[in-house]
Amino acid sequence: MNDSPAPVLRAEGLVKTHHGEGAPAHAVRGVDLRVRQGEFVAITGPSGAGKSTLLHLLGGLQRPDGGSIWLDGERSDTWSEARWAVERRKRIGIVFQFFNLVSDLSVADNVELPALLAGVSPRQARAEREGLLAELGMTGKERSMPGELSGGEQQRVALARALVNHPPLLLADEPAGSLDSKGTREVTRLLSRFHQRGQTIVLVTHDARLASSADRVISFFDGRIADDAELDSTPSRGTGISGVLELRD
Amino acid sequence: MRLPLLALLARGPAHGYELKQDLEQLLGSAYPQPNVGQIYVTLGRLEKTGLIEGEEVEQSSRPNKKIYHLTDAGREELRAWYEETADEPRVRDEFFMKLALAPQTGLADQIALINKQRRQYLTTMRDLSKLAAAENRDNRVAHLLIEGAMLHLQADLDWLERCQEELEELE
Repeated sequence: MNDSPAPVLRAEGLVKTHHGEGAPAHAVRGVDLRVRQGEFVAITGPSGAGKSTLLHLLGGLQRPDGGSIWLDGERSDTWSEARWAVERRKRIGIVFQFFNLVSDLSVADNVELPALLAGVSPRQARAEREGLLAELGMTGKERSMPGELSGGEQQRVALARALVNHPPLLLADEPAGSLDSKGTREVTRLLSRFHQRGQTIVLVTHDARLASSADRVISFFDGRIADDAELDSTPSRGTGISGVLELRD
Repeated sequence: MRLPLLALLARGPAHGYELKQDLEQLLGSAYPQPNVGQIYVTLGRLEKTGLIEGEEVEQSSRPNKKIYHLTDAGREELRAWYEETADEPRVRDEFFMKLALAPQTGLADQIALINKQRRQYLTTMRDLSKLAAAENRDNRVAHLLIEGAMLHLQADLDWLERCQEELEELE
């Protein structure tokens, strides 16, 4: 190893098999992965390829059958459930397809809760919440209940909740999966904006528009990494955008 | 270019440079800048076929400019254009033939071909995202054009994914 800082996230030889009814499903079959500080990585692939399972392993929501995970150089796959619950508050923010907001708490309380649980003072939590909601264009909706918001708005609240403790790593599992085209564009724009400010992001999506906002795209097939591409370092061959935009008679 | 120029002239007479500016304004940065030479050549052809008529206007300090207007035949042509539906987009046939024939040539691996093609599409998709971000938010036509291109690319990427799923099963 060299002196470069430890990657934000490292995984080696990850394996996960689901044992349900019928034949065992090999969701993740030996995955090695490194994510550097400030990187925005998208994992794409068909549904059932195991990409969500992979993300859940990385965030400690599921346990691997084999392999190891390091967060900021610290081995994390050996942590207990209780330890994970604590670490997730500080180190990892997660957004899901269906937002997972607490339905009987207001928008403001949904965002402040993880900060309060992490031991932040109520005043500080409130300030963080105000800043994030303003940034996400949600000022004036603090007293709304999640059920009163559109899908796109709920996802913005979920994003604020995930980022309220300034986690070094943001995991996003199909964050636009239940949104329309406009909502998808909105989520894409917001993730890009946080990334530009240095947020490290690992995103799972089957939406190529969303994936292309990342600077690295991993294609996941049948539990394995089929391709791992840095987008900017790949010179575009062919006609590129002028070819796809050309209007002909 | 022929029919869009006729459509621009349906509103009223204009000269070549005005038409170029109209196109730029309508489509924003999304559209590769129309070449003014190409516009003059097309206008010349449209005049020859009687779809438009040009009238020289004298300018005191500059060369004469030609103002074009739509003829009845031109208006008819335009009406027929609006009557027809447009052709469907085509599948990426050249890539498909490469993929389908790869095993018998022994010169390329199908999965590697798909991966390479995907990288190119993703890079273009990324360029389109940047273009959309840079385009004026109020220019809805330009945004719809970019979004259309992105949705087509998305379909091509989904299709590459299907090819990969099927071919990996065979391995």
